[in-house]
Amino acid sequence: MIQPVNGLVSGVLPVAGDLPVTGDTITFGWRLNGEETQIEVDPAERLLDTLRYRLGLTGTKEGCAEGECGSCTVLMDGLPVNSCLVLSFQAAGRRIDTVESLDEAALAPFLEGGATQCGACTPGVVITANWLLANRDLLDTHHIRELMAGNLCRCTGYDGIVDSIEAALEADDPAVVGDAS
Amino acid sequence: MPALADGKEADLKRREGMAKLSGRELYIDDIPSADHLWGATVRSPSPRGRIMSIEFGTGVDWSEFVVVTAEDIPGRNAIFLMEYDQPALADGYVRHVHEAVLLLAHPSRETVRRAAKLVAVHVEAESPVLDFCAAPASDDIQYGPDNVFKRILIEKGDVEAALAAAPIVVEGEYFTGSQEHVYIETQGMRAHVDGDVVVIQGSMQCPYYVLKALEPLLDRDANGIRIIQTATGGGFGGKEEYPSMIAGHTALLALKSGRPVKMIYDRWEDMAVTTKRHPSRVRHRTGVDERGRLLAQDIEIVLDGGAYLTLSPVVLSRAVIHAGGPYACDAVRIDGRAMLTNAVPFGAFRGFGAPQAFFGLERHMDVVAARLDMDPVEFRRINLIRDGQQTATGQTINDGVDRLEVLDTALRLSDWTARRSEIERLNLADPLVKRGLGLAVFHHGAGFTGNGELMLQSVVHVAGTPAGGVEVRTASVEMGQGMTTVFTQLAAGRLGLDADSVTIAQPDTHRVPNSGPSVASRTTMVVGFLVEQACDDLRRRLELADDARGSTVSEAIRAWYADPAAAELVGESTYEQPHHIEWDEETYRGDAYGAYAWAAYVAEVEVDLRTYGTRVTDFVAVQEVGHVLNETLARGQIQGGVAQAISWALLEDIRWQDGAMQNCQLTNYIIPTSDDLPSIRVKFLETPYPHGAQGSKGIGELPMDGPGPAIANALAHALGIPATSIPLTPERLMAELDSVAALEAS
Repeated sequence: MIQPVNGLVSGVLPVAGDLPVTGDTITFGWRLNGEETQIEVDPAERLLDTLRYRLGLTGTKEGCAEGECGSCTVLMDGLPVNSCLVLSFQAAGRRIDTVESLDEAALAPFLEGGATQCGACTPGVVITANWLLANRDLLDTHHIRELMAGNLCRCTGYDGIVDSIEAALEADDPAVVGDAS
Repeated sequence: MPALADGKEADLKRREGMAKLSGRELYIDDIPSADHLWGATVRSPSPRGRIMSIEFGTGVDWSEFVVVTAEDIPGRNAIFLMEYDQPALADGYVRHVHEAVLLLAHPSRETVRRAAKLVAVHVEAESPVLDFCAAPASDDIQYGPDNVFKRILIEKGDVEAALAAAPIVVEGEYFTGSQEHVYIETQGMRAHVDGDVVVIQGSMQCPYYVLKALEPLLDRDANGIRIIQTATGGGFGGKEEYPSMIAGHTALLALKSGRPVKMIYDRWEDMAVTTKRHPSRVRHRTGVDERGRLLAQDIEIVLDGGAYLTLSPVVLSRAVIHAGGPYACDAVRIDGRAMLTNAVPFGAFRGFGAPQAFFGLERHMDVVAARLDMDPVEFRRINLIRDGQQTATGQTINDGVDRLEVLDTALRLSDWTARRSEIERLNLADPLVKRGLGLAVFHHGAGFTGNGELMLQSVVHVAGTPAGGVEVRTASVEMGQGMTTVFTQLAAGRLGLDADSVTIAQPDTHRVPNSGPSVASRTTMVVGFLVEQACDDLRRRLELADDARGSTVSEAIRAWYADPAAAELVGESTYEQPHHIEWDEETYRGDAYGAYAWAAYVAEVEVDLRTYGTRVTDFVAVQEVGHVLNETLARGQIQGGVAQAISWALLEDIRWQDGAMQNCQLTNYIIPTSDDLPSIRVKFLETPYPHGAQGSKGIGELPMDGPGPAIANALAHALGIPATSIPLTPERLMAELDSVAALEAS
């Protein structure tokens, strides 16, 4: 079965009323990078800011803050989303995987293939690429270049990224890592 | 990369690559920073006029804020680079929309951003200058007698006589639009005061430019200011001048508040207020004979400089020097000027004037060939400069490069002749999709122009470490281009050490010498050469033989430090101009660059006449760049530059109002995705350059020069349109096709 493309998450997102609201904050549980934890956030806080400024997970970058560039891509229940467009409480009860969850060994093809130059788009790129590698049936209906179109890169011209993904696809061991599968 | 087929050693992998891939690399907004304030900038709403009042609105408690105005500046109110014309904060008068007027700082980022919008700057508006091609009226004059930031004239032979005698003269006028860098990491700085020292950390290409700007601004010497470059998420020239501005702003706020201050621009602010590529108009009058020999080139270049000088004179310099192209012609006149307007200042951008010059030249070469009813390849082949011939500045080219082989390789890889015919056949049969194949031949001078490197006097240190390795100390920054990896390769190679024994110092003006800015395709060729020489000097200080390598070197370094009282072991090198370079800045005659890279690019395009959308379906980039030090990195530079230039030619369309960009979002300013670009086929030809590190020449900017005209030529081939102006967006293509149709109907 083909999963939704471009980060569309199916199902109903929780609304604030479903969650314990204490004063000005909301507290909820989630599975972040494989670990079940509780988190307290402001109602209007973006997932990107919770990750970066509340939890110090600065691998996830802000590039445009409007869902165009993909630098802030994380996996939500295994699907890529722009964390600048997700309010943190919408992640309640869900799995969130950031670049920090990735196994460095699985990233070797990206180093070999020249997928990173300045590195600012890179965490988002490898998150989306990781999703692609974990869902290879997507390639039955979509090209790599289509599937990676949500992540803007200004350095590589994309060849280094596409070549790296092709090399990872050819590797025997599918590069399924973290909590992404 | 495994062993290469041609027997070369495998490339050293990007040294900081895994840190970037895993998200561990710390950019300025990632570095833990406790107890800092967030800074914000209040800006001019008006392109020109006197500031009448500044009004602090209601809705925030202003007592919580630190406010900095021009009156708080300890030194001279200017961001100095070439001149003192650009203030750090407008002092009573503004010359462009978004000019910084006042600074705020507050512990909350959201609050300070909201507060900045509550400050109203009232300007008594004067009529702005917005047309860089029109002669200014007397009320418009804001710089010198005529708003001309810089004029440069290059003359070779008698152009008027040659044009008068030429059997055929072809004129053309070409325009290029501006371009925003869109480095993915926006501009950002953090300043704090550490005892007597103001410390600035942030994203930048040129730590010593920032220092040079802050010394007069803060009225401190270099001991009292420390500039530290942090991991830089792309530059492309956009972090050459502007970081001095934001560094100055954070420093002023930190000095006034006594607290650390961070300013991180969001994408809108970054696109709206920072420098961009100079818009240009290029005119050609070209004399040729019937057989296609170039007899005269009369070229005029006008650049829009925007409201302040920035680096416009130097951008103009590179534009005029490259404007005649890689061709031999006995009579050449190139007349260039950079003009003041009340636009947000334009500045450095990869290619630095050369892409504008080459768009005009290489599109015009096709126009002239068409007038001669001649194959555009043959027209270029006849005129391509041979060793022993002279450029427009009178520089004799004698580098042993086979430039015809560069051209022929591109033709071969693109299957030029067969593909052009096939495309013409396909176009006759297909009413909806038209294809075209276009070529551009060009060159790019590496390093600073003329005597620029001599004046920079770059210094490099290579220090021994107690463990027996070395630390390379330069002011060159890693911004994605691969400096860290290449300098490691060079030092390790020179001393016979393994890569792990070499560390590259973070650029920090209190730790590294001034090896110049990371610009102008100079880092590998010029600074890399100095890294090798500093390694040699280190070996001399150890009193080792010139061929001592590996463990001999390591052991000698460890032995040096066996004495706990030993001074630090530092090898040093200083730039010396190669003897073959002679340049006269007054007359613009002589050797403009020590070395040029040479290239021929072929673009194939496909236009859908239902949408007028253009796709580049194939791209061949062939270049001679001296010895290639790391093929993976070099290929990445070419592919990335080609992508950026394809985008400039087709997609990137800045909408202006009152000299300010209106479409400051990635939603309405379009750069290509992976799905918008073809695979870019890269081929290197290598003729080692004796004065570059391991025979290398600069490559960073070269790929920006060719794709624009190659694509315009391909679109002209596909559609028979003039294609004299970029970007060739669908709207422009539609208008051009309508004009052509109207002309044919009349």
